[in-house]
Amino acid sequence: MSTERTTHLARNALTTGRSWTARAAPLRRWRGAAVASAALTLAVSAIAAPPLPPQDVRVFDVPLDAGGAIGVKWTVPVDAPAGSIATFVIRRSMTDAERSSNRLDQRKTAYETELARLTAEGVAPESAKTQATMFAQQKVPTPAEGAAQEPGWIDVSEVPASAVAGSDGVALVKGLDPEQSFQFLVVSRGPDGSGAASAPTAQVRGAPGLFMGKRSFLLGWIIFICGAVIAYILLARSGRPMKIRRIAALEAVDEAVGRATEMGRPVLFIPGIQDMDNVQTIAGITVLARVAKTVAEYDATIEVPTARSLAMQAAREAVQASYMQAGRSESFNPDAISYITDEQFGFVAYVGGRMVREKPAACFYMGCFYAESLILAETGNSIGAIQIAGTAESSQLPFFVAACDYTLIGEEFFAASAYLSGEPDQIGSIKGQDIGKALAIAVVIVASVCLAVAAVVEASGSGIAIGIAAESVVAFLRMALTS
Amino acid sequence: MKRLIPLWIAAIAGFTVIASNFIPPAMGMSDLVTEMFSVLAAVAYVLGAASIAKVHLSKLSARRPGWGYSIVTLFCFTATLVVGLLKVAVPPGPRSPDLAFSGSYSEPGGALWWIYEYAISPITATLFALLAFYVASAAFRAFRAKNLEAALLLGTAFIILLGRTAAGGYLTGWFPEEISGLRLENFSIYIMQVFNTAGNRAIIIGIALGVAATSLRILLGIDRSYLGSGD
Amino acid sequence: MGLAVAVPILLQSRFPEKPTAIAKHAFDTINDLPDGSRVLLAFDFDPASEPELGPMASSLTRHAAMRGYKMYFITLWPFGTQMLTDKIREVILADFPQLVEGTDWVNLGFQAGNEAIMTQAKSDFKRTFPRDVRGIAVAQIPMMDEIRTTRDFACLIAVSAGYPGGKEWVQYVVTPERGSATPLKAVVGCTGVQTPQLFPYYPGQLDGLIGAIKGAAEYETLVNAEAERRTPGAPVPAKYLEAVRRMGPQMVAHVLMVSLIVLGNVIYFVGRRRGVNA
Repeated sequence: MSTERTTHLARNALTTGRSWTARAAPLRRWRGAAVASAALTLAVSAIAAPPLPPQDVRVFDVPLDAGGAIGVKWTVPVDAPAGSIATFVIRRSMTDAERSSNRLDQRKTAYETELARLTAEGVAPESAKTQATMFAQQKVPTPAEGAAQEPGWIDVSEVPASAVAGSDGVALVKGLDPEQSFQFLVVSRGPDGSGAASAPTAQVRGAPGLFMGKRSFLLGWIIFICGAVIAYILLARSGRPMKIRRIAALEAVDEAVGRATEMGRPVLFIPGIQDMDNVQTIAGITVLARVAKTVAEYDATIEVPTARSLAMQAAREAVQASYMQAGRSESFNPDAISYITDEQFGFVAYVGGRMVREKPAACFYMGCFYAESLILAETGNSIGAIQIAGTAESSQLPFFVAACDYTLIGEEFFAASAYLSGEPDQIGSIKGQDIGKALAIAVVIVASVCLAVAAVVEASGSGIAIGIAAESVVAFLRMALTS
Repeated sequence: MKRLIPLWIAAIAGFTVIASNFIPPAMGMSDLVTEMFSVLAAVAYVLGAASIAKVHLSKLSARRPGWGYSIVTLFCFTATLVVGLLKVAVPPGPRSPDLAFSGSYSEPGGALWWIYEYAISPITATLFALLAFYVASAAFRAFRAKNLEAALLLGTAFIILLGRTAAGGYLTGWFPEEISGLRLENFSIYIMQVFNTAGNRAIIIGIALGVAATSLRILLGIDRSYLGSGD
Repeated sequence: MGLAVAVPILLQSRFPEKPTAIAKHAFDTINDLPDGSRVLLAFDFDPASEPELGPMASSLTRHAAMRGYKMYFITLWPFGTQMLTDKIREVILADFPQLVEGTDWVNLGFQAGNEAIMTQAKSDFKRTFPRDVRGIAVAQIPMMDEIRTTRDFACLIAVSAGYPGGKEWVQYVVTPERGSATPLKAVVGCTGVQTPQLFPYYPGQLDGLIGAIKGAAEYETLVNAEAERRTPGAPVPAKYLEAVRRMGPQMVAHVLMVSLIVLGNVIYFVGRRRGVNA
């Protein structure tokens, strides 16, 4: 029996003094019926009045985003009885793909149900499958091209009525396809699960803004760090002396090349196994340019096997320029910089064989390496070469540290080119990078202290204000760093 | 001009990729730049192949030491190229069984598939397996307790090596529940989650800053040595 | 070292594996997905890492198939296509023949482009993978109807040997969605050397981490226990005991390395004392 009818009948019973559960009867039965109707009336009044649909539903595009978010506003019905609305459910229309998928799911369910029924009746499997397929297609037909279709709705958000302040509710719907148009409606849902829906809005499509607002903090960090780098470069250009600590691996470059010259053996330089789109390869080639200049000055030979064609080209240009700068352009041999293969272990097999046969006196591994790093380093060790490695692959650093004479760890490798050039501009950029590091250290310390304080306050139960302040700082840092 | 145009290309491409993270209408340009790089890299394969041919043919003609290997290299290179391009012995694809070349170049049963399955796969797996021997020799040579830090490293290595196998369970599985954290398998995970993670995070932050500074130097044209400019 | 690895293999030694909390978390993440969930399986490894990653790829595929999820296979490594084909043949075609290609699973194959493919898939998955390995356009594949972006998947399962791999998936696909209402769950399986690199992302960005053959053996044990629960008494095929089997040589090899380290230190200290005495 519907709620409206129940309410009506209860009201009737009160006013007429007669219950619909019994006709006019002897006093005893009438009294019992009256008690029953009164109890029913009490029970009915305890059930919330049916919810009224939201009014004036309107949509707006969320600014400063990529176009995947739309805001929905609605007005809470003024004459809605108190407690009649528990939540507001926001729904959006399905896309064509979603409707098609929905149809497929319904068809699959119909197929499986019919197949089970036919199989239970003893129909042959092949025939049952065919009949079930036809049944499913008839039950859930594909709509004709251009025919109007039921929009279909998906619940995308739910806002508790208690969270709606004032007369207007608002919700943001995210994750929408900016290329698709959607309709929205809002449903008032009562505590008993009944609902009343508003009229759907017109079709609306999210428009991409000119800037991603949620990445403001990230832009801020980039501007700060890049600004620090540029500031120190300008300071260095103005003549301010910049001092950076000695890096043993880079001080040893001259020693390594000198050793190769004395022994009459070549220098082997490997700029990693990745392509030019990897910043480690670029850093490796900038170091190659410096090392090649030293090799040219010492009149030694250098070999540069590469695992990528573009890296080979870039390495060739860099080495040629270095030889020209050293005034030894006639000594440059382009075939010394050659492409071997893209395949990781094919490359290391070549290089390993070359090392064992040619026995270079100095080996430089500067770039992005993976599993082959240990094979290269151990082979170099076995031939007695002096080895200097540098990579930003933290998984390979332990192998280089264990097997090489000198290792540039992470940022030392990126600083190598600047360090070797000795130019004020480049040294200034290393100092600027240190500002970024100081900031990172400060954030880690502040966040750790605040988390510790919050934990202590929570455990001890005192100093609530300090605890709240500490948690606020942590929340702010989390938002600023993860946007 | 030879240096200026590449500098401008690098700067425009780099700043486009950065800007595309913040400006929604420009988001597709980042993909465009990446696709352009992919096209360049594909064309560069021709340069690489030419380099291989030139180097090995000159070695062969001059009969330099190791010229036999050059014959093998050139033969394998040419054979794989021909077999792949001509789809040698590739069976027809299931959708068009009547058409001779309808199968994919890597269709099982084809010559290229055979080279992959019976030559490349076992060889690469074997070379990767060589690492086990190299690790053993590196461990023997490098792990010496010369000082306190080296001794700590040594101890950690023991815990991880044993904790990541059933040996850890046999050695310390009898520890009571109260000190189950000291069982090798649990302790090794603790070391990975706390000490290793802290160290790795520090290295990652340093690397990220190094990448940012290096990229800025390259985009602003301060560091041009990768271009062969000699600066 | 050769003997250390060969002897356990020849003796077919197997040692019990007790799953750790991390393996259990990875297992529960996948097991607790709603029925019919869409999972993206990215197998970014090649034959070189197959001995370490192959068994975990098999177990993950088997787990997803057992739970009845819709499986979407992709790879960003050129040699990964063969790995995909092998795992699909070994697991799905062999043990789950009732699953239909195009409806229950699809192999979308390899796409070149590394992180660019990941960022593109995040916004337009169908444009990134326009065809499956059979050459059929994704518009004609029923289970691709509901896929628009990576957000339409319930879980990403990435098995990776290097670059591009788990770390890039976390950086470019998982982390940007982490603050959203329905973040993409991610379980990554990786080689031993990569595991320390991925630990910082667990459990903040990763919902599961299966590290090296040890993690694979633990995960395999959990999946086999689940299979036993579903079909009690059914024998476990040898292919689903590979990770456990490979832990035998791993254990002996590790013990050998510990012995070598101890021997090396003994030689070092003896030599140092002789040098001092001399």
